[in-house]
Amino acid sequence: MTSATPTTEPWSVLDAAGRLRQDDRVPFGADALDLRAAYRDMVLARRVDTEAIALQRQGELGLWPSMLGQEGAQVGAGSALRAQDVVFPTYREHAVAWCFGVDPVQLLGLFRGTTMGGWDPRERNFNLYTLVIGAQTLHAVGYAMGIVRDGDVGTGDPDRDRAVLVFLGDGALSEGETNEAFVWAAAQNLPVVFFCQNNQWAISAPFSVQSRVPAAERARGFGFPGVRVDGNDVIACHAVTQAALANARAGGGPTLIEAVTYRRNPHTTSDDDLRYRAGSENDEWATRDPIDRLRALLTGGDHSPQIDEAFLADLAREEEELAERLRGGCRALPVPAAGDPFLHSLGSMPRDLERQMNEHLAFVAAAEGDHS
Amino acid sequence: MSTAMAHALNASLRDAMRADDKVLLIGEDIGPLGGVFRVTDGLQKDFGDDRVVTSPLGEAGIVGSAIGLALAGYRPVCEIQFDGFVFPAMNQIVTQLARYRHRSEGRISLPVVIRIPVGGGIGAIEHHSESPEAYFAHTPGLRVLCPSDAQEAYDLLGQAIRCDDPVIFLEPKRSYWSKGDVDPSAPAVDMERARIVRPGDALSLVAYGALVPVAVKAAGVLAEEGREVEVIDLRSLSPIDDATVVESVRRTGRLVIAHEASQTCGIGGELAARVQAQAFYELEAPILRVTGYDTPYPASRLEEEWLPNVDRILEACDLSLSH
Repeated sequence: MTSATPTTEPWSVLDAAGRLRQDDRVPFGADALDLRAAYRDMVLARRVDTEAIALQRQGELGLWPSMLGQEGAQVGAGSALRAQDVVFPTYREHAVAWCFGVDPVQLLGLFRGTTMGGWDPRERNFNLYTLVIGAQTLHAVGYAMGIVRDGDVGTGDPDRDRAVLVFLGDGALSEGETNEAFVWAAAQNLPVVFFCQNNQWAISAPFSVQSRVPAAERARGFGFPGVRVDGNDVIACHAVTQAALANARAGGGPTLIEAVTYRRNPHTTSDDDLRYRAGSENDEWATRDPIDRLRALLTGGDHSPQIDEAFLADLAREEEELAERLRGGCRALPVPAAGDPFLHSLGSMPRDLERQMNEHLAFVAAAEGDHS
Repeated sequence: MSTAMAHALNASLRDAMRADDKVLLIGEDIGPLGGVFRVTDGLQKDFGDDRVVTSPLGEAGIVGSAIGLALAGYRPVCEIQFDGFVFPAMNQIVTQLARYRHRSEGRISLPVVIRIPVGGGIGAIEHHSESPEAYFAHTPGLRVLCPSDAQEAYDLLGQAIRCDDPVIFLEPKRSYWSKGDVDPSAPAVDMERARIVRPGDALSLVAYGALVPVAVKAAGVLAEEGREVEVIDLRSLSPIDDATVVESVRRTGRLVIAHEASQTCGIGGELAARVQAQAFYELEAPILRVTGYDTPYPASRLEEEWLPNVDRILEACDLSLSH
């Protein structure tokens, strides 16, 4: 099996050799993507990913869903957000979390088995990872309904108008809930942007199992625009997301962005991708790497270099510090108390649950007594 | 003033919307039509279509968007049109709504109410008569309420909307047009506690929703024979107030539980297990259940005997009292 052949070329401005094509859809001035910052974000987010894989190999994490290869899509989208916008991620948006200021150590708890969440979503409007495919698309729709009712859309005040950015994968396109979300968003013209990272594979199912047309083409049938973009081109991803978010904040309604990319690693550390796809496919996508591309642009080409050896050396040092912090932070993540699960299911604990908790705590205490 | 349960529910929604402008309603046909049971009659006209939202057809969308609205600070009240139509929303209810507080380590509560008309006895076609309560009661993180008369409906729905936890609110549809006195200013009852509807010392008879008036009727028949049965309205199906039932059984020594839902793994089985664990030596007879059978709800012409009625409840009470 192979991934489907795209019928529409995704929009791109930065080619695999790092050559930038002029296009007036790329924002400039204050709205322009800070290329040096984007490069730094991609490199550091990738380091979070590789370090987490290493922690899984050492037995410190039970599982890790790698985003290797998707940094361009995620940093492009993540850097288009404003602080008042709201993100609903899947479970693979590690680079978006990075862009939105979520401490990467907090991403590890879910996969270490110390929590089902890991951070306070209200601190940065970055919601908790959602593991059930597509479920978060409807939460995004509901949140956008709230924004409309709060009057925080279309006021023209750049600090007030808000939009929701919700992430999904190509597999989620087939879920009923995602399609319901498209219907609701369209019918109510909601300030929500659906960002689909089409990474070609839903575990072992290629994109051709989900769709006979590019994902972006589906949007028209629901009544809003769809945009197909090169997901490994961080500049193009930033441009389309910024335009879609600006449109949503202004009251222009939803957009579906299909960022065409590739999941370079297995679905998770437990997956064995060579059972369903050829390694050569991965090699081919490696030549379109989003980080390599931007580095080629920034270090030369026809222009004067925007990053130099000193910048790269600083970044390498920063990477090592981050990796060290992740390793230490991971091992220091607090293990919850035996009674914690009982505390958080309802606002006030019903009597029978309290009885169950006490029974459990007594058992745990007795078992610990036996062992000491 | 005597009021139908449907009107009491309408008044409760209206009062909740007046008291808190974050309360809004989402559901199919709840606008100009007022819902198929007219529970939301007139509310869209009075509160506007931003607060009484006629939804596209899609139950997952109703509950999923309610979760998003709750995250944005609203208190949505969803209407599922019929009990049999809640299943497309089960993923959102079970994997998202019920777990959000747990997932967020207690940081985020989702004050979402899901109103569902339930039960049989109205001569309906398939999927329009169902008793899905055990699915919800079996799901940690949800509260499940089921009122049995107009006053309870008014009071419990208001409390459900004010509650920060997700609440599945089951409305017994054959009671929609049963009238009772409603006093909106009456103090709120403890919604986690069962209610002793009629005191007695011969036998404890537990029911909820539409079967409460049936149980009261059965108790009336037994009273004529000189046996005073204590009728308990469970009111909350999650959490279950076993303490009130155990206290009653300690006095009566006998317990009969009635519900429309099928028997296996039902509310009755759970309650029986709890009571025998706490009042084993006080029991004079085996705990008996009078329930719907382990079949789908039958075609409506067969419902009269399939559903627990006065005679079936009396038969169980007689059997219990014969021990």
